[in-house]
Amino acid sequence: MALLQISEPGHSPQPHQRKHAVGIDLGTTNSLVATVRSGMAEVLTDEQGRELLPSVAHYTADGVSCVGYEAAEHNVSDPLNTLASVKRLMGRGLADVKTFGDQLPYEFAADDGGMPKIKTVAGLVSPIQVSAEILRKLAGRAEISFGSMLDGAVITVPAYFDDAQRQATKDAATLAGIKVLRLLNEPTAAAIAYGLDQAEAEVQDGAEATHQERVIAIYDLGGGTFDVSILRLSKGVFEVLATGGDSALGGDDFDHAIANWLRVQVGMDEDLNPIEQRILLETAKSAKEELTDSEHVELEILDWKGTLTRTLMHSLIDGLIDKTLRACKRSLRDAGLEKLDISNIILVGGSTRTPRVGEKVAELFGKQPLCSLDPDKVVAMGAALQAEVLVGNKSGDDMLLLDVIPLSLGIETMGGLIEKIIHRNTTIPVAKAQEFTTFKDGQTAMAIHILQGERELATDCRSLSRFELRGIPPMVAGAAKIRVAYQVDADGLLSVSARELTSNVEARIEVRPSYGIGEEEITSMLQDSFSHARDDMQARALREQQVEADRMIEDLLAAIYKDGDALLSDDERRCLKVAIQELREVRESTIEHRVLARQIESVAKASEEFAARRMDASIKSALAGHSLDEIDKG
Amino acid sequence: MLKMNVVAAKASTFNPSGAGTRQVDDPVKLSSDFFEIFSIPVAWQVERSHLDAMYRKLQQEFHPDRYASKGAVEKRLAVQTASLINQAYDTLKSPLKRAQYLLELKQIDASQESHITSDGAFLMEQIELREALSEAPDAADPFAALDGLRSGVESAYSQQQMDFQAEYQCDNYDDALNSVAKMQFSAKLLYEIEQLEADLEDQ
Repeated sequence: MALLQISEPGHSPQPHQRKHAVGIDLGTTNSLVATVRSGMAEVLTDEQGRELLPSVAHYTADGVSCVGYEAAEHNVSDPLNTLASVKRLMGRGLADVKTFGDQLPYEFAADDGGMPKIKTVAGLVSPIQVSAEILRKLAGRAEISFGSMLDGAVITVPAYFDDAQRQATKDAATLAGIKVLRLLNEPTAAAIAYGLDQAEAEVQDGAEATHQERVIAIYDLGGGTFDVSILRLSKGVFEVLATGGDSALGGDDFDHAIANWLRVQVGMDEDLNPIEQRILLETAKSAKEELTDSEHVELEILDWKGTLTRTLMHSLIDGLIDKTLRACKRSLRDAGLEKLDISNIILVGGSTRTPRVGEKVAELFGKQPLCSLDPDKVVAMGAALQAEVLVGNKSGDDMLLLDVIPLSLGIETMGGLIEKIIHRNTTIPVAKAQEFTTFKDGQTAMAIHILQGERELATDCRSLSRFELRGIPPMVAGAAKIRVAYQVDADGLLSVSARELTSNVEARIEVRPSYGIGEEEITSMLQDSFSHARDDMQARALREQQVEADRMIEDLLAAIYKDGDALLSDDERRCLKVAIQELREVRESTIEHRVLARQIESVAKASEEFAARRMDASIKSALAGHSLDEIDKG
Repeated sequence: MLKMNVVAAKASTFNPSGAGTRQVDDPVKLSSDFFEIFSIPVAWQVERSHLDAMYRKLQQEFHPDRYASKGAVEKRLAVQTASLINQAYDTLKSPLKRAQYLLELKQIDASQESHITSDGAFLMEQIELREALSEAPDAADPFAALDGLRSGVESAYSQQQMDFQAEYQCDNYDDALNSVAKMQFSAKLLYEIEQLEADLEDQ
């Protein structure tokens, strides 16, 4: 039974119509798209039957020339215009980007707003635009397969992505014209794909399995990111207890470590040109892959010949793997668990194909990890299963994901310190507020600096956004009461508001990361990307608002029919009816999407109180009718 | 692109009786306190397995994922309601937060760190414990030193909880508040022991 799902008699919802939803794994090295067919998740292939799409776009003077395998072919010949691994740059500032400078062959430049962009023959390109190209290609693949438009997508992100990186990913989807049903953490997606929640809990070492409950660890090592999540599973509920990782550590770093060893062997100095860099990297990569099966590999670069043994490779990459193991231990601690509490470990991500990774993970947990599903595909498959539920094709009664934020959210206080408002590993969605005050007499404004991270100093944390609360009436120091409220939604995205309580002066902000792109920029990029730019955009926006208006009218009428008698006074009911009527008229008459959007917002405001009362009433009745015993048996 | 700026609030939830002025940015105005949300009696004792089961039950119904295909108002409300359920769960499952909340329900603000116990012996003991903590990394076996410290603080913490329970039950809120202040010290110390242990392990 879902709360506000009610329809008026004789006003039944539209006849069942299957919607087209996909799960997209937007990876550092490769990306995939999957959907659910006859209850099973399957990865969609291109015309040549290939599942993976290399996350690469090639640019010529006219713009993007190709994406995927075709683009990757330009890797060596045209490295500066062949953009790969941009996931590493998503939501990053110029300073971060420069630290990756050694590893990525591109030239970076800041645009007018200080955002990092890549210099190409087509001009400056944002990592978000490159991601959008990849997403567009995958959506196109899905639309060919469906023979119709896409209704929505679940896009996966590393669990350890911060707010800026998540927002950048969502912006890329917007740019690609994809409706995002949810940003889903990659390890959680993998857990869904394995379906371990439905399996019988194992009886371990004679211990009694009293609950159908188990705790699993997901170890996800991709090309450029590492995540670990500890989840508690019980019939259909995936509850993330803790998550950790490193959003700048992945299998690519193995390649770089090996390439660096190669460079020294070959006798090249550190100052490589992009083509040399590519050659070393490609050689390192294939050596790594060959050592999966053989004990040693013969290598040849220019006029140098040599051997790399598996043991030597281990010594090059063990330090990196150890870093991931430390993150695993930390997450276990955060979850308040011991290694022995973990009943399964799942390996995810292409980089777990390196056998050394599995060995060391098994050593840490004292258990052999599971890897029965293809580690490259498992995330996209899990995302597809979740998309199927969210788009409304499948009743979600038996599946629920409770995820957490990976990094604490805070605010800068006097002395450049950070005061944490929401701690890491807090279940989302979450809302928290804290009061602050002024420190000078007559202070009329307060700068709010929003930060994310675990360190004590503001400068060591990621700066998400800054805004100012102005118009505070002059008072003595410490008299003003400024309440700063943080709200994190189910995608892990933050919005913040600040209010001076004695005067009710308010400022609020949807956190647009300091290092992201602005909303206007998205709009203008979107317009550029459509051939009949403006008209298309307008028509599309209007259509979206009309759908929203229709739904709002229908929902509200149904709600009034059902709960109006109990929860509304005659006056209130009349006001709502008037508001609905006005919305109807505007919906029929206007061709301006903004006008309609404003009208919708005003009806939303007018009906907020009613909606809150209904939510309140339903919380009260949610558990009525369920005895405690029944819930325990769940 | 419809952007929503939504903010839910602590204030309203800490005024469970509905007393006090309603904030404009507090659209979820619950007349229930956290205990009512979970259908359990207002009391110190909370059975964790019941709490967990009901938490899942509630989120099954109110999580934003259940409203993914709904309109903007309902989506927004779902985010706020689910946030509130998370906050309630978080409060009730933690002994310290639950104790503070029980006092809040009696209109006693126990959340301020400024509320310091006047028990001199206790404070002396805290100073000694902190010294022991700062010396632990230099011990011959730092992990054993931390383990020893932890078990001491843990037993003090559970004694403080029993004290609170007794004081709360006979409406002795002054002493209960004092016990909460002591619990705060212990919880903080336990947290710092964990942190230090994690740092040492990472080295």
